[in-house]
Amino acid sequence: MAVISQTEFQRRKARRKWLGRVFHGLCLLSVTVALGALVVLLIYLVVQGVTRIDWSFLTSFASRYPEQAGIKAAMLGSIYVVIVAGAVAFTLGVATALYLEEYAARSTFARIAKINISNLAGVPSIVYGLLGLQIFVHSLHLGKSVLAGGFTLALLILPIVIVAAGEAVRSVPPSLREGSYALGATRWQVIWHMVIPQAFPGILTGVILAVSRAIGETAPLIAMGALTFVPFTPDSPLSRFTVLPIQIFNWTSRPQAGFQEAAAAGIIVLLVILLVMNAGAVILRNRFQNKWE
Amino acid sequence: MRSSLARNSVVPPLGHAAPGAWRRRLPERGIALALFLSTILSILVTVGIIAVLLFEAIKFFGEVSFWEFITGTRWTPLFSSKQFGVLALVAGTTLTAVLAMLVALPLGLLSAIYLSEYAPDKVRRPVKPILEVLAGIPTVVYGYFALLFVTPILRQISPDIAVFNALSASIVMGIMILPMVSSLSEDAMRSVPRTLREGAYALGSTKLEVSTLVVVPAALSGIVSAFILAVSRAIGETMIVTIAAGQNPNFTLNPFVPIETMTAYIVQVSQGDAPAGSIEFKTIFAVALLLFVITLAMNLLSQYVVSRFREEYE
Repeated sequence: MAVISQTEFQRRKARRKWLGRVFHGLCLLSVTVALGALVVLLIYLVVQGVTRIDWSFLTSFASRYPEQAGIKAAMLGSIYVVIVAGAVAFTLGVATALYLEEYAARSTFARIAKINISNLAGVPSIVYGLLGLQIFVHSLHLGKSVLAGGFTLALLILPIVIVAAGEAVRSVPPSLREGSYALGATRWQVIWHMVIPQAFPGILTGVILAVSRAIGETAPLIAMGALTFVPFTPDSPLSRFTVLPIQIFNWTSRPQAGFQEAAAAGIIVLLVILLVMNAGAVILRNRFQNKWE
Repeated sequence: MRSSLARNSVVPPLGHAAPGAWRRRLPERGIALALFLSTILSILVTVGIIAVLLFEAIKFFGEVSFWEFITGTRWTPLFSSKQFGVLALVAGTTLTAVLAMLVALPLGLLSAIYLSEYAPDKVRRPVKPILEVLAGIPTVVYGYFALLFVTPILRQISPDIAVFNALSASIVMGIMILPMVSSLSEDAMRSVPRTLREGAYALGSTKLEVSTLVVVPAALSGIVSAFILAVSRAIGETMIVTIAAGQNPNFTLNPFVPIETMTAYIVQVSQGDAPAGSIEFKTIFAVALLLFVITLAMNLLSQYVVSRFREEYE
């Protein structure tokens, strides 16, 4: 490297420092743009929709007249579908995670199953909708029902539940297991009395996050054949249904300003539900962390 | 089953236990079997997806030549003169995904560098979860935002832009994907050991030089895999493009006109209640199969990049 003079060195140093400050500013700007987008989005939604939310909006059915339209059917549909999806995904997800972590850890089978699960997590959600359409709606003859929709979303969120439950199970200290084995417990007794209670908050956090993903899903349920206009509440697991995101999608695509206002109001309700669920997950996670620190 | 149970077992085989052990052994086996079957089910989901898509897609390719599908540029299965050139949909998907990455890639990477290298802990701690809120917002909400907020602004800037256009959907999709890029990249950067940074500082480097010449190259495998995952996410994204980008399968790279992506086409047909067995019904499985193959390839590539090019420091 060539020797440079003192003044040249000072000049280059000043330039490098200046470049550094510009870069720092750019990085800060990027974060600001991202956070700003969130703020603008939320403010815009509140301005558009908050005045539209009242008791009759929550308790009315969809309507041809924008000012009378409500989200009763969509809200109930969302709740029913998500209960089915959450229950199924919880059962299958925890069972699979327990098998992979406690029974088959480090086996070739577990490795293949885990690769499979991480690939399932990357499958576009609309593809799950087509799976649900062919398997649940057509092959199992469930029709385009609450049950079929719940099962479809259960498969969609299954990878999330398995990964979260697996992490929770892995974080249980081996000493607890070994202590129980030393007292003569069987494998399942150890899992049932030691592993599951210790891992439960972590598992529950994962399930809540997965369910909040399911609540917001639109595309797979449209592909599966959920209705867009439902002037009744689903009265059985086999009854047809719509969900809140589909109702929002339907209103958004209409040209009348009244429906777009209703869409914004529906979005606010949806986001409040998500916020409550995520806050619950965060509280659980904090409680969980404190125990081991 | 039995051998896999015995191998990792800490307890001695139950056969040596006291009389009456069989009463404990039976439920043990039953539970192990139930858990095993549940794991098998998760593998069957993949098998099911492939089977369902292939089953209808094969029927589709019995009526339409694969060559026409894969090389044609006109896509009109819903018209009376039907043409099945999927490239029109692939062009729409490519256009929106590339534009979305042009937003998400620089913003996400710079945000990651800021959070990992510049931000003090008391800034990073609240900002990171708030940023991740963006990833938790349902896509239908972004679709609403794109169509009713971003598009009118774009149309004020340039009246040439159509109501439904790829640009608006892509910008909003980029914002949606940004936290994924920044979060995964930041994780990769933070796992770069401190000593590498300190060595560079000791040689007189500025923070910019440490960030871009030391940290980013050391974390490159993680960053690249985050980008690939983000592209895959953009390709599979459905509601934003369905709502804001239009339903016109245009073989174009012009971001100002309506287009249609592969995902939006599937939604369009699903909404129209195409009867099972019709050619329209079969097309969505052929399109979904292509979508599945593309995203699977990208996910595998992303995993390969991490495992093959990861820099090990410990």
